[in-house]
Amino acid sequence: MAAVTSVGDAPLAVPARRPRGMQAGRRRRLNAFRYVVFAFFALFFLLPLLAMLRFSFEGSTLGTWSASAWSQIVSYQGPPPLLSAVEITLELAVLTSVVTLGLLVPTMIWIRLRVQWISPAVEFLCLLPLTIPAISLVVGLAPVYNKIRHYELSALMLFFAYVILALPYAYRSLAAGLNAIDVKTLAEAARSLGARWFTVMFRVIAPNMWQAILNALLLSAALALGEFTIAYTLLYVNLQVELFSIDRNTPNASVIFSTSLSALIFVFILLLIVSYAGRRRRRGMR
Amino acid sequence: MAVNAQTGARPVRAGRRIRLPNWLGTTPFLAYVAIFLLLPTGIIVVDAFKTPTGGLNLASLKVLFESAERSYFTGSLELCLISSVLGAVLGATLAYAIASGNPDGTVRRLYIAVSGVLAQFGGVTLAFAFVVLIGPVGLLIHASWFYDFPWGIAVIYTYFQVPLMVLVFLPAIDGVKAQWREASDSLGASTWQYWRYVGGPLLAPAFFGAALLLFANALSAFATIVAWENQIAYIVPQQIYVAINSEVGLSNVNQADVLALGMIIMVAILMTCYALLQRRAARWLR
Amino acid sequence: MTSPQTQNGQTATARTAVEVRMLGLSRRYGSVVALDELDLTVQAGELVALLGPSGCGKTTTLRLLAGLEDADAGSITVGGTDVTRLPASKRDMGMVFQAYSLFPHMTVRQNVSFGLRLRRVSSVQRDRRAMEMLELVGLSSQADRYPHQLSGGQQQRVALARALAIEPQVLLLDEPLSALDAKVRAQLRDQIRRIQLDVGITTLFVTHDQEEALAIADRVGVMRDGHIEQLASPVDVYSRPATSFVAEFVGLTNRLPGTVSGATVTVRGRDLPLVDLSTPPGPVTALVRPEAVTMASDSDGSSGPLTGTVIASTFLGATSRVTVDLGDVTIMAQLSTADATGLPAGSRVSLTIRPDPVLVSVDAPADAEA
Repeated sequence: MAAVTSVGDAPLAVPARRPRGMQAGRRRRLNAFRYVVFAFFALFFLLPLLAMLRFSFEGSTLGTWSASAWSQIVSYQGPPPLLSAVEITLELAVLTSVVTLGLLVPTMIWIRLRVQWISPAVEFLCLLPLTIPAISLVVGLAPVYNKIRHYELSALMLFFAYVILALPYAYRSLAAGLNAIDVKTLAEAARSLGARWFTVMFRVIAPNMWQAILNALLLSAALALGEFTIAYTLLYVNLQVELFSIDRNTPNASVIFSTSLSALIFVFILLLIVSYAGRRRRRGMR
Repeated sequence: MAVNAQTGARPVRAGRRIRLPNWLGTTPFLAYVAIFLLLPTGIIVVDAFKTPTGGLNLASLKVLFESAERSYFTGSLELCLISSVLGAVLGATLAYAIASGNPDGTVRRLYIAVSGVLAQFGGVTLAFAFVVLIGPVGLLIHASWFYDFPWGIAVIYTYFQVPLMVLVFLPAIDGVKAQWREASDSLGASTWQYWRYVGGPLLAPAFFGAALLLFANALSAFATIVAWENQIAYIVPQQIYVAINSEVGLSNVNQADVLALGMIIMVAILMTCYALLQRRAARWLR
Repeated sequence: MTSPQTQNGQTATARTAVEVRMLGLSRRYGSVVALDELDLTVQAGELVALLGPSGCGKTTTLRLLAGLEDADAGSITVGGTDVTRLPASKRDMGMVFQAYSLFPHMTVRQNVSFGLRLRRVSSVQRDRRAMEMLELVGLSSQADRYPHQLSGGQQQRVALARALAIEPQVLLLDEPLSALDAKVRAQLRDQIRRIQLDVGITTLFVTHDQEEALAIADRVGVMRDGHIEQLASPVDVYSRPATSFVAEFVGLTNRLPGTVSGATVTVRGRDLPLVDLSTPPGPVTALVRPEAVTMASDSDGSSGPLTGTVIASTFLGATSRVTVDLGDVTIMAQLSTADATGLPAGSRVSLTIRPDPVLVSVDAPADAEA
């Protein structure tokens, strides 16, 4: 699984360039180059997606068309039923994002306010998972999970590991959000008005970084939706593992593609909501 | 609050709670990370050096140099090299095309958003999409080399490497000031001379840093290759899986740990070099 | 800073200066006209400063001359050769940008000798020439430093050395001082002028700071909306402005309502000679410089069109600017600080206007602003 790269962590800032002219000949050559490059990459990125789309409408014999794959998302029996894998994964997504944020938001705000000296250490710990590939981490997680397995809990236990995987991305997003507001001043103002720490954190600071929080939420959820390595190695069943085993039984089954596309569209819509909500609020604030 | 000179303790005011040190507020976070990140990492490190009799020595490291193990590492290196070189060159080209356009334009926004989404679209879904695109039942072509290692899988890796390159390298290109090109022009440099003496050297640290990041990214990938071909283990992550889930003797438990540790060290080195190159790049291309 | 002579007393370059002639230059960006058939000739060895508000086209003119952009129409001739179609890299001009133009990955020495390296000059000669240039700008001790280790003023001096190192025919400066602090700006502008005179190179200098333009130029071209309103010596631009725009852009001006009859304009009871004798009679706005206004204490309480009360006094060092309320208009006067001290806010004063020729504009009568 490729590295989950945040969609907003290091905002690719629009470069502040005064509109400059360029020599006509050079501009023409440059534009030609750009059009060729964009056409090539548009094709490159679209083709696999189009292939997925086509196959999601594939009937039971090759070359036919059928929408059955889409209804199969719900009806595929497995074992285990696809729907239960979808359910579990959605629950994992929610659990992961909630726990990640529940862990990071209070901690980061608290550090910013009262324990700045520990900040480098915490930053190091949060970014550490970037240097520990999931496939390596799972080797050390296996004994830990073996202990937990005693309690016969479901694949939901995976969230413990997912939170760790999500830490770097959530941290960067939240750090950017914290940097954008003057935490100290807000906190002091609230305290001077009589607020206790709990109120300061959750009713003063957190609401002012809600875009970063939403972003971190989205990243953690997307990570959980796409995770395969840890679930597979620890012999749990989540969405990606399920899709994988469906393929093993029925290679290129169309339901794989309908499900994957649905997941992609779902994440994409979440993305749009987050970025749209962010923009709207910014406009409303002035 | 006056500190008691003898015990160093702070007096407790009647009716108030004892003031605890501030850093205790980070305890939940630290405890969580300790259990699910530091502990597994520690387990890996310790177990990598364990002997069958329970002692510790360096004997198990010999595993790394045996021919069978070496083939996994060479496999990994081959695949990573190809996909990161391809990803870096193609990604840099796309990034340049994006950067040389309208800073506010839709094309730029579109390609950046797409890169954000596609950089994390890896894993099983991507592999399946390529199977139905250029595999044996491929819609586009039937690539006879599709199941060859490393080129078949390298093409799939490139699909998520290119967007990652764009996201990481684009800020560097944005940091190249138009004045440098214009100054170079007015001093008499041709386009080739500009790239050779100015543009190239300036972008080199950022480019190679990003390429290292791509390399580390490819190194850690697991889901994609498993979905592509899960019978033969070509690369280290696949072998780690085999080692964990096989039941052949104690010596294999060790193997998983050693391999996992090896991977952690490799990625750590890569990320350190990346960070160093990034610093150099940032100094020039702020 | 060292004097602009090299060690053996010779001047830095021995090339003969060339004339630059721009005819009918036009340039548009989409629907915006940046330059409208501009004509400008810079004499050999002359420094012409293009002055104007942002958007007036002065930078565009410079960039067209440099070859960084193509003109839509018109021609550019340098030393008799038509360079209109030549790309920037073939035009043999040295350019100093506003900021950030030094290559950050090269030392000062490498930056300065870059142009020579492109021309395949041997490294020994390159080095010698680079050091020569660095001595010219007084930075030979910094030769092995990197740009980020230098101050803004030092960076611009290196940029100048780099531009001159290739012995260009023309020197172009695009607001080179705008990004620097005031003190550095004044020193550096004088140094640039000294070097330019010493080297004798034809120079085009773009700025929005009129003090700069007046201080260093042989001629000043005041630009507005893509054309040159006036091209004349600094003295002429200041004291004989051709249009009211020039009068108001360069230096401060009082705008006073007046009436033209014959060869004079009557302003607040005084008759002042006109610059433009063909002005038709009638109401106009007269443009009077603050230094043409003198004042004296009006202790006997007389009243008249040129008596009023001091509102404010701005201390500018050797001189002070005193604002007087005449009832229906306010007027600014520039006095020596010694004189101004005796006339604090609230004093009653009476004013005189020196009978210099004044420019009038037939725009709407002035509002009470100077």
